Amino acid sequence: MSDQPNVVVTGLGTTSPLGGDVPTSWAAALAGKSGVRTLEQDWVSQYELPVTFAGQLAVPAEEILSRPETRRMDPSAQFAMIAAREAWADAGSPELPGERIGAVIASGIGGVITLVNAWDTIRDKGVRRVLPLTVPMLMPNSPAAYVSIEVGAKAGAHTPVSACASGAEAIGYGLEMIRTGRADVVVAGGTEAAIHPLPIASFAKMQALSTRNDDPAGASRPYDVNRDGFVLGEGAGVIVLEREDHAIARGARIYARVAGLGMTSDAYDVAPPDPTGAGQERAFRLALANAGVSAADVVHVNAHATSTPAGDGVEAKAMRRALGDDADHVTVSATKSMTGHLLGGAGALESIFTIMAIVDRQAPPTINVSDPEPDLPIDLVRDSPRALRDGDIAAVNNGFGFGGHNATLVFTNA
Amino acid sequence: MAHSEEDILAGLAEIVNDETGLPADAVQKDKSFTDDLDIDSLSMMTIVTLAEEKFEVRIPDEEVKNLNTVGDAVSFIAQAQA
Repeated sequence: MSDQPNVVVTGLGTTSPLGGDVPTSWAAALAGKSGVRTLEQDWVSQYELPVTFAGQLAVPAEEILSRPETRRMDPSAQFAMIAAREAWADAGSPELPGERIGAVIASGIGGVITLVNAWDTIRDKGVRRVLPLTVPMLMPNSPAAYVSIEVGAKAGAHTPVSACASGAEAIGYGLEMIRTGRADVVVAGGTEAAIHPLPIASFAKMQALSTRNDDPAGASRPYDVNRDGFVLGEGAGVIVLEREDHAIARGARIYARVAGLGMTSDAYDVAPPDPTGAGQERAFRLALANAGVSAADVVHVNAHATSTPAGDGVEAKAMRRALGDDADHVTVSATKSMTGHLLGGAGALESIFTIMAIVDRQAPPTINVSDPEPDLPIDLVRDSPRALRDGDIAAVNNGFGFGGHNATLVFTNA
Repeated sequence: MAHSEEDILAGLAEIVNDETGLPADAVQKDKSFTDDLDIDSLSMMTIVTLAEEKFEVRIPDEEVKNLNTVGDAVSFIAQAQA
C-alpha cells in the first residue's frame, strides 16, 4: 500500500468493566481480573430475568460527567464521550483544522435504554411527558455526533452498525478516511449501553447468554468445554488515528501502526456465523494482505471469542486456516473472559488491548479456561500474560457480528 | 395543592440547574431564558415538559413562545394551577 499514507495510533481511551480509563483497564486485564458481577438493579427480580449478572462499568458515568450531560445523552453517548475525552487528551489534543478531523463512533444497538424509557413514559404518563431530546438521544449516531462536537470534527461523523463487529469496523472506517485523504486525524471507536431487561431477555431467549448466575466472574469462559454463552458487558473504546507524517511532525507519541483491514460478510444467517468460518477466514487473509504482512509476522490475536458454544470453535478453525502452521507461534487471547461482551464497543476495547499488547510486548490472559476444548488448533494464553518477542511484530483483532459481519484489523509496532 | 410563586421559582431553578448546569441562584424572575440564561429551544421545551409534571399544570406548546422571562413562566404556572 505504498501509495497510501501510513496510519498510526496516537491516543487511547476507554471506560470499561475493568476500569474507568486505559491504564486501569489494561492493568486489570494483564492481572486477569474479572469485571463481571451480579446486577443489583430492582428490575432483575421484578422481571425474574433468567440472567442476573453483567460486565458493568467499573466507574459509573455519572461520577465522571456533569448532571446536564447525563440527562442529555443516552448512556451509549456518555460512555463514548468519556472514552473520547481520554483518547483526545492522550493524543495531546492535536491542533488542526476541523475539516481535517473525522469522528467514527459505532454502536451495535444504539440508544435502546432511552427508547424503552420513553415508551414507558408514554404508557405511564402520556405523550406530553416525552422529552424533546428523545430522538437525538436514541439515534445510534448520537455518540458520533457528540464526539464530533467535542473535538470539532468536520471531515465527517459516521456510525457503522454491524452488531458486534461495529467497533472494529469503525476503526477500519477511520483508517480508510485517512488513507483516502479525507482526514488527517480520526477519533474512532465503539460504544454500547444495553444492560437493560429488554436486551437481556432477548439475548437470553436466543440462548446466547451464559446463565451461570451463581458464578458471575467465572461465567465468560471462551474455548472452555463448559462455556454456555456470552456475558453482556457495557462501555466504550476510542482511539485516535493519525496520518503518520502528521503525528511525527507534531512530535506525538505513537503507540502502533494500524496496518490493515479485512471485511467480509457471510450471507448465511441473521444470527449465528457461517459454521464453516469461510467469511472469517477470508476477512483474516484480506487484512493480512491489506497490511502487507505475512502470517509469520503475526505474534498475537485478540480473538472475538465470546464464550458461545457455537462461535468460539468456528473462529479458532478459521484463524488456523488463515495462519497455517504459523498459528503455532501466535498467542491468542480472549479478553471477553474478563470484560464480558461490549457488543458495539467490543472491537474498539479489544483493539486497545491489541495495541497495548504490542506496546508492552505482553499478551493478556484468558481467564476461566479450566478445561479447554480438546484439539484446540490455536495457542490460547491462559491464566497469566505471555511475553511477545522483540523486533517487528504484527497483532490482529477480530470482530464478528450477528448478521454475518466480519471485521479483522492488523496492528504493527511503529 | 397550589404552589406559591416562591415555590415555583425554586422548582424552576432546580429544573434549569439539572438541564443546563446553571447555578440555581442565577434563575431570577427578571432573567430572559434565551438572552440571559442561553437556553435553546429544545432545552426550553424540556424545562416546560418537566415543569408541567412538577407543578401539575398544562403549558400549551403555543404558549411557550410567550414565556420570555423566568417571571413569565412563574406567573403562567401560578395562574394555571389556580
